[in-house]
Amino acid sequence: MALTGEWAREWISRSVSVIAENHVELTALDRPIGDGDHGENMNRGFAAVGPKLGDQADATPGDVFKMVAMTLISTVGGAAGPLYGTAYLKAAGAVAGRDDLDGAALVALLTAARDGIVLRGKAAVGEKTMIDAWTPAVDAAALAQAAGRSELEILRAAATAAEAGAIATEPLIARKGRASYLGERAIGHRDPGAQSTALLIRAAADAAAA
Amino acid sequence: MSVGIVVVSHSDRIAVGTVELATQMAPTTRVVAAGGLDDGTLGTSFEKISAAIAVADDGGGAVILCDLGSAILTAETALDFLDDSQRQRVVIADAPIVEGTVAAAVAAETGGSIADVVAAASSASGPAAGEPGEPERDASASAAAIAARVTLVNKDGLHARPAAEFVRLASGFKAEISVNGVDAKSLLRIMSLGLGVGREVTLTAEGPDAASALDALVALVESGFGE
Repeated sequence: MALTGEWAREWISRSVSVIAENHVELTALDRPIGDGDHGENMNRGFAAVGPKLGDQADATPGDVFKMVAMTLISTVGGAAGPLYGTAYLKAAGAVAGRDDLDGAALVALLTAARDGIVLRGKAAVGEKTMIDAWTPAVDAAALAQAAGRSELEILRAAATAAEAGAIATEPLIARKGRASYLGERAIGHRDPGAQSTALLIRAAADAAAA
Repeated sequence: MSVGIVVVSHSDRIAVGTVELATQMAPTTRVVAAGGLDDGTLGTSFEKISAAIAVADDGGGAVILCDLGSAILTAETALDFLDDSQRQRVVIADAPIVEGTVAAAVAAETGGSIADVVAAASSASGPAAGEPGEPERDASASAAAIAARVTLVNKDGLHARPAAEFVRLASGFKAEISVNGVDAKSLLRIMSLGLGVGREVTLTAEGPDAASALDALVALVESGFGE
């Protein structure tokens, strides 16, 4: 489908489901290298988002993302709340007022989301954080858009890059967050924030393919 | 108007306990707890932090003390949602939550500005308050240092409000100043000395305004801090 408000609602609706289905796994990833609450926190946030989608029938993508941002900031309760909340808030700002998004707007949306997380968490690539999924996704999206691909292809490229980025956090030593206390003991564990990022961007691509 | 304090912790009990400790020494300062999630479980709540800022800031500003990672991230996010004028006067201090809150609250209690309160909180970082009586610096090692001895005449000695007043005055000078060997610009280190009424203390100072610093501090101690 075209990247309209309907797509945004479909994306977020799929995000609610995918987080609910994977929250046990996300928490399992967080337990050895964090405080073991990433899945529960994300699920609490997205479960609060779900019922509000019904009020968004005529909303633009920007309106939907703003609602998601405010809800996550208010309900997640861990670092993921301000991080993802800021991502959706900046994404909303990047596409404010638009009824549907072309490839350039889509790249702007993903870039703004990633930049929001960097602003909030001050992490760089290679520090074993969600940025290690976001930045490859943004780069792949920009490349696909420059090559003239469709919006769906851009989202699929971003999702595939995010998934590869999440897997690539496994050998890294953490430099941010509670995993950084562990030093080399964090090696071999996938970053849960990078994993949830990969799930959410894949949901965006699946929504566009629906 | 005065500066208020917000204590942001993952744990409601840490936040409430820290506020209790701080208000014992700063009874009229607005020190507000924002700990845990709404249901009392561990986490940081945007809503609680925003509400606490609204209570702490009466127009005179607020200083926020945080514990681990997401407490800082959530507090920063809460600041983003303040209107521009309020955001100018709400500051997150980089300081350990318990010691920083106590130091900040005492600085606020004595009428300190936002910058004074942040500086007091920051002075609480680094190695803990030190062993009482164990000199951190040896003034006699420096030929340029000058020294004065003065007796504490006020009933509380160099504790709480008098200590905070002393630190605020000392902080206004460029000179390196010490009290019985500890940094005279660190409230917690001075308080850790446990200097009560009748104790004679040695002040040393080194730097361009060392003499005026000693004059002013001796005068303050001899005045009895208004007690």
